[in-house]
Amino acid sequence: MTELSTVARRAVEAATAAGAGDAEAYVSREAGRQVRVHGGEVESLTAATQSGVGIRAWSGGRVGYAYGTDLSDTGVAAIAASAAEAAAVADEDEFAAPPQPAEIEAVPGLADPSIAEWETDRVADLALTVERTALEADPRLVGVEVAVYADSSDQVAIASSTGVAGSYEASSAYAYLSALAEGEGGARETGLGFGLARGPRGLDPEAIGAEGARRALSMIGAGKPASRSCPVVLDETVAASFAGLIGGGLGAKAVQRGRSPFAGRLGEEVASAAFALHDDGRDPHGPASAPFDAEGVPRRRTALIEGGRLRSYLFDTYTANREGTASTGSAARQGYRSLPGVSPSNLMVAPGELSLDGLLAEAGDGVYVTDVAGLHSGVNPVTGVFSVGASGLVIREGELAEPVREFTIAGDLVAMLSAVSAAGAEPRWVPFGGSVSTPPLLIAEMAISGS
Amino acid sequence: MSGLIEEAVAERVLTRALAHGGRFAEVFAERRQGQTLAIDERRIESVQAGAEEGAGVRVVDGNTTYFAHVDGLDPADLERAADEAAAALCGERTEPRQLQAREVAPLPIEHRPEEVPAERKAEMLRELDERARTKGGEIAQVNASYAEARREVTVANSEGLFSGDDRTRVRIGAQVVARRDGTVETGAETLGAHLGFELLEDDPGQIAEQAATKALTMLDAVPAPSGSMPVVVGGGFGGVLFHEMTGHGLEADHIQKGASVYVGKLGERVAEPLLNAYDDGRLPSEWGSDAIDDEGQPTQKTQVIEGGRLTSYLYDHLTAERDGVASTGNGRRESFRHLPIPRMTNTYIAPGDATPEAIIAGVSRGFYAVSFGGGQVDPATGDFVFGVSEGYLIENGKVTSPCRGATLIGNCLDALAAIDAVGDDFFMKTGICGKGGQKVPVGTGQGHVRVRAMTVGGTER
Repeated sequence: MTELSTVARRAVEAATAAGAGDAEAYVSREAGRQVRVHGGEVESLTAATQSGVGIRAWSGGRVGYAYGTDLSDTGVAAIAASAAEAAAVADEDEFAAPPQPAEIEAVPGLADPSIAEWETDRVADLALTVERTALEADPRLVGVEVAVYADSSDQVAIASSTGVAGSYEASSAYAYLSALAEGEGGARETGLGFGLARGPRGLDPEAIGAEGARRALSMIGAGKPASRSCPVVLDETVAASFAGLIGGGLGAKAVQRGRSPFAGRLGEEVASAAFALHDDGRDPHGPASAPFDAEGVPRRRTALIEGGRLRSYLFDTYTANREGTASTGSAARQGYRSLPGVSPSNLMVAPGELSLDGLLAEAGDGVYVTDVAGLHSGVNPVTGVFSVGASGLVIREGELAEPVREFTIAGDLVAMLSAVSAAGAEPRWVPFGGSVSTPPLLIAEMAISGS
Repeated sequence: MSGLIEEAVAERVLTRALAHGGRFAEVFAERRQGQTLAIDERRIESVQAGAEEGAGVRVVDGNTTYFAHVDGLDPADLERAADEAAAALCGERTEPRQLQAREVAPLPIEHRPEEVPAERKAEMLRELDERARTKGGEIAQVNASYAEARREVTVANSEGLFSGDDRTRVRIGAQVVARRDGTVETGAETLGAHLGFELLEDDPGQIAEQAATKALTMLDAVPAPSGSMPVVVGGGFGGVLFHEMTGHGLEADHIQKGASVYVGKLGERVAEPLLNAYDDGRLPSEWGSDAIDDEGQPTQKTQVIEGGRLTSYLYDHLTAERDGVASTGNGRRESFRHLPIPRMTNTYIAPGDATPEAIIAGVSRGFYAVSFGGGQVDPATGDFVFGVSEGYLIENGKVTSPCRGATLIGNCLDALAAIDAVGDDFFMKTGICGKGGQKVPVGTGQGHVRVRAMTVGGTER
């Protein structure tokens, strides 16, 4: 660990030596493996390590960034020089400044030793069990397109010329499958099952396989629903996708630049009282938890929507400076290759009191949506207007009935939040829309377009 | 093509990769470098430069692929990758064939972007910003970005292949937000190619004006209609329709796993006789073109639909071997950190003979999707969805009101069979395609195309 911190410190020195007024270095090392299985055999086995450094250089209010994989002294010096050079091209921005150091408190339990303890054969067995469980679930389960196990152990160190210094280790593991079910006439349906944890011992391969099988089987014989407006229950995966879109719109950069449906609405009513959302970068179970964010600011919990009102946006150092407030520890990056930007950490939708059956009963007649497609193209992040492809099951007299597909659900994000009439009691961590914990949600009315 | 690794080193790495058996081994070495910058709120920001190099080694034994990748291109790094890939095997050593160096000419790059001063790129972005704002006071926000990327690759495999490529791509994009009273709309446009800075020497600013015009047009939009109706899809990026609803389903990995609605359809009629379509990785300067694929196979033009009949799937090395056919040069990977899989290059519907006007005139009430924000398909079920970024109503054969919030959904085989007119106004556009967690640049293209009936999911109440 000291080694990465040393690289980070050296990179900061090299950048200031290259002419940067201030500098920050983010160094990461990742060791990962992935097993893909198909037809009872290992299809591919990947083992890999990668490491790199990203250097941010400030020259007055100008910011430049450079990254690379060469962590030798000369390599780091070249990256540092490149960052300083990039800063010269940027325009001055009075709010651009490096964060000041703050006390960093560790988050226990981020690294799971079972990753190192489980040999490749054992995690391959886990993936094979996922596949086998699905295949044995039902004769109509005709195949599994792919079943995957993957894990990764990451080390991160950060240092800056203002005195920020920190490091941590974290691990993650996940498994998923896409199961194929076939109905009469040969039409195929796919079903996703997944689980995520900090290490392989936290995964339940039977449950993952069974979920994929259940989802695929439930879609056999799906038809198109009639176009109408009706109550809709979003399952956890779909609710998470929408929560991710909402979290994106609460990032202060989008808000400050007028590119968010939530811009200018702080303190206003933007949701029903049944919908509460917070961001928590320190939740012990959160996949995105860490002691500090991508620029070394301590992670914390931020209430975003409570009592139906918009309580806060998410800030990194730049957007906080611009707003005259403090960072919420919401800087994120996709590894050393990317400049930090504002992004949610773990988004958590507050659970309510009803079981899924309770939500369905409350819905009466409507649609239970279990999958959405086309979120990256069917949602306008500036206006919040969306229309996305969906599939799921009809809700009739409070109970799940026949499957439906090839329809769209449409509306706008704020109107949808205002129509949330209940949240389920059992939240689940979902890797869609970022890292989200959410229960299923009942929306009182939504536009469905089918036949 | 001197390459990133010497022949003797490549041979040594392949020998080590097969030290514990395996019927195929490959080393893929890559050097990547790039620069990006953006303008937002009239300020140049996010100026970034990066350089990475590394290699991936795979060994195939039976139906299993063992893969390891490392950072760095020193012989010691490559050997480490070979040892890691071979670690899980426990058979008798196999011998790679002697390498036969094959020189391939990379696509020509006239003006190397890394030799253009960053300040000039910044000036170009300032011009994009200005040009969008000339469209009037309703233009509220402009942001634009520039990206250049160079990938030098060298591939060697145990069957004696030893080849390389040097690829440079440049792309710019503009996003504009327009505002009128309480209404906010957006417009976006991109321009990209497998070219150097010469791509941007002919008025790059016009994409900013186009993006601004789109956003302004949409200020007058009405909520999109809902229901099944004839749909006319615009040229260029409209080709993403074919990319999603047919291209992905023809990738041989989906076919071999039974996860495609095109399984068993080779030689069959899947579309009207007027339809011809190709995947062509050799189109000069196109965004999805390369001289060789990421397994060293020269790229090629593959006809996938001929007169409405399905004529070919798209193969990489392993899927081709399994079907006993030749690779179609579609083995692509995002980087040395990824395994190659069958991917499209530039996929397009060949031009037909109808004019766009005639195609639209044939619709009494329908929807006109000029361009998409993107699309998605589940090849196994054939269900697809497209978000429309610019769409209009068609009433009595005429294009009328712009519509916001439209999505097209349907099923591949039905929609493909329902294409009943193909326009003569062919052009290509750039896209980034995601599959299996890997993103690769792809081209999409077509002239105007009409689909007899498709479901439009709008927000109209």
